[in-house]
Amino acid sequence: MEYWFSEHHTENVKFSVKVDKHLYSNENDLGRVDIFDSLEYGRILAVDGYIIFTERDEFIYDEMLAHIPMAVHKDARRILVFGAGDGGVIDELVKYDSIERIDLVEINDGVIEACRKFFPDVAVSLDDPRVNLYTDNALRFIRHIENEYDIIIVDSAGFYGPGESLLTREFYGSCYKALKEDGIMVNQHQSPFYEADRVETQKAHKRILTSFPISRVYQAHIPSYPSGYWLFGFASKKYHPVDDLDAARWNSLGIATDYYTTNLHVGCFALPAYVERALKDVEKIKD
Amino acid sequence: MDLLKKLKPMNQDKAPVYEALEEFRRNRVVPFDVPGHKRGRGNPELVKLLGKQCVELDVNSMKPLDNLCHPISVIKEAEALAADAFGAAHAFLMVGGTTSAVQTMVMTACKAGEKIILPRNVHRSVINALVVNGATPIYVNPDTDKKLGIALGMKISQVEKAIEENPDAVAILVNNPTYYGICSNLRKIVEIAHQHNMLVLVDEAHGTHFYFGENMPVTAMAAGADMASVSMHKSGGSLTQSSFLLAGPGVSAGYVRQVINLTQTTSASYLLMASLDVSRRNLALRGKESFRQVCEIAEYARKEINKIGGYYAYGKELINGDSVYDFDTTKLTVFTLDIGLAGIEVYDILRDEYDIQLELGDIGNVLAYISIGDRMREVERLVSALYDIKRLYSRDRTGLFDHEYINPQVVLTPQEAFYAVKEEMIPIRETNGRVCTEFVMSYPPGIPILAPGERITQEIIDYILYAKEKGCSLTGPEDERCERLNVIKEMKLY
Repeated sequence: MEYWFSEHHTENVKFSVKVDKHLYSNENDLGRVDIFDSLEYGRILAVDGYIIFTERDEFIYDEMLAHIPMAVHKDARRILVFGAGDGGVIDELVKYDSIERIDLVEINDGVIEACRKFFPDVAVSLDDPRVNLYTDNALRFIRHIENEYDIIIVDSAGFYGPGESLLTREFYGSCYKALKEDGIMVNQHQSPFYEADRVETQKAHKRILTSFPISRVYQAHIPSYPSGYWLFGFASKKYHPVDDLDAARWNSLGIATDYYTTNLHVGCFALPAYVERALKDVEKIKD
Repeated sequence: MDLLKKLKPMNQDKAPVYEALEEFRRNRVVPFDVPGHKRGRGNPELVKLLGKQCVELDVNSMKPLDNLCHPISVIKEAEALAADAFGAAHAFLMVGGTTSAVQTMVMTACKAGEKIILPRNVHRSVINALVVNGATPIYVNPDTDKKLGIALGMKISQVEKAIEENPDAVAILVNNPTYYGICSNLRKIVEIAHQHNMLVLVDEAHGTHFYFGENMPVTAMAAGADMASVSMHKSGGSLTQSSFLLAGPGVSAGYVRQVINLTQTTSASYLLMASLDVSRRNLALRGKESFRQVCEIAEYARKEINKIGGYYAYGKELINGDSVYDFDTTKLTVFTLDIGLAGIEVYDILRDEYDIQLELGDIGNVLAYISIGDRMREVERLVSALYDIKRLYSRDRTGLFDHEYINPQVVLTPQEAFYAVKEEMIPIRETNGRVCTEFVMSYPPGIPILAPGERITQEIIDYILYAKEKGCSLTGPEDERCERLNVIKEMKLY
């Protein structure tokens, strides 16, 4: 018997993973959550049929969302994380003793419950005493907050469905307002490779540009995501992502990583020509 | 009406037009009739655009599918079910928009030489109907809210005055509600009008949900009105351009059908009729619950928007027992002038910067249409976008545009004016004293400043120029910049 999970990366491209066992499936009005074991990628979390998290490559995504802003910000104590109910990003953040408080806002508490059960090693970080869980709509949570956080990490599931509101101008504007005067926001920015995804990347970039004075894009290799190539946004009120990197300070913390290094930090902001061009196209039409 | 329902309960699970179309499709009848695309085969691009399912339903009237010009089978059944669902004596499927329903009401109720009483903030389709049938409009001044700059309902005293002054009028038309959700005291108006042997026609373009939701303003049929036009495609969920015309027991259904047939297409779209059929079924079966959710969403949004500060999302507190007799809480209207932005500015920013399209923006307000298709997540976006707009764009409040109602002087009927010999494109400042042959509408407050056949006064000229200067949107005249007007040619006797 062969049992395969397939995700359409475009109408004409399919990514398939051989499944060993389907462990969990639950659907509510916020979406469908599936968890299964695969032979190549280990345990996988999929929401609405899209791979969100695999045991095999989650370290890349989570490290790139957590360590990039942490290595730039001089004194990050209060962190706000949207999405990330799997606990992967939190797992990286709790490695920093200097962080005092991590607020996690996930609208679908079904994801958190399922991950606690099926990814106990990662989700254990959600029990860290500094972590506060809020089950709420991201926009409702953030719109009344001002000058509260040092870093906001937006771990949105995708451009459609419930995560869609995390990719809007009103959301980025609210994040700007909720950050302190030297605050940083990082977010996942989709892949620039396939055309439909690239348009969304450009839209997100343009919306962030209108809200933040500094907005840069960085990249990583994530095999289980469409095209295997992924972008992230770095938006900031004060710090430059590379010029303000304090490599010596970060390396002195002795945090063990598998993907992130301070050398890679500098390099990941250097983008391929076609990506630079796609971003410049929307930078020019700044409103 | 409830008693009547108990006497002859109808099965609202049925959707006769839709079911007949399904059966027709299963029978695989070979088409040697119109439409010429023949289930889409002759026009693959149309199939790509609309889908196979959709083009297969685009068929012609025939025996198993009945005929809207003279319904005897499935359309007749669908109309009976709709009448039952709306508490009407008769219901008519309409395929020319609610405009066609409104015009049928007017043309059923009055004819050339007769008078009809109208609130000045009527939809233009009403006055257009008068151009066609030659009746004379008698306008009632709607009350206005000075702060919000919107037209309200008719005061009972104003209605009584109009009736006293025009005892020969044959009908009165009422908006239930207005675009902004304002309701007049419909029951009382029906009572007074019927005492004077006048028919009551109700424009319920924005009130379909009143028939299905709980704790809603009274419906035309429940209030005893004679006819009502219900935009099923607005809050009822059917396809754009489909609508219901309702009639009470005092109106001859056969005569209404004749009036409808004066202007209605003889090739009525089955897509529109089937959409009315399934939408009526949906609302009859699930409307109460759906509109409970709509009200909850609108109420939540109102509360959240009022929390922001600076915006005013208004609700039932506007009710004053007369010109705001009731308020439709599904209409989410937000007054924006206190953050220093005109409604139309907020409306444009929302669309251009935030990808959020609202129903309307006027000088003082924006209106978000909340309906059975809305979800909380989009409402959260709207609230947050309004918050962000205030943060980024708010400024000191500029001068407020003050609307004073100008009593129209009706010199000729709309029909006489429309067909009269005209002098065209006269500069607006030179038109004092002349009789206008066209509409001039201003948004806000959406009340005609001039309708065909009305005397232009200096006061009206000043108002138009002021409204233009203040950035109001002026529509109606042949000259789209509204700098020139068409007027009646004056006969010089010498």
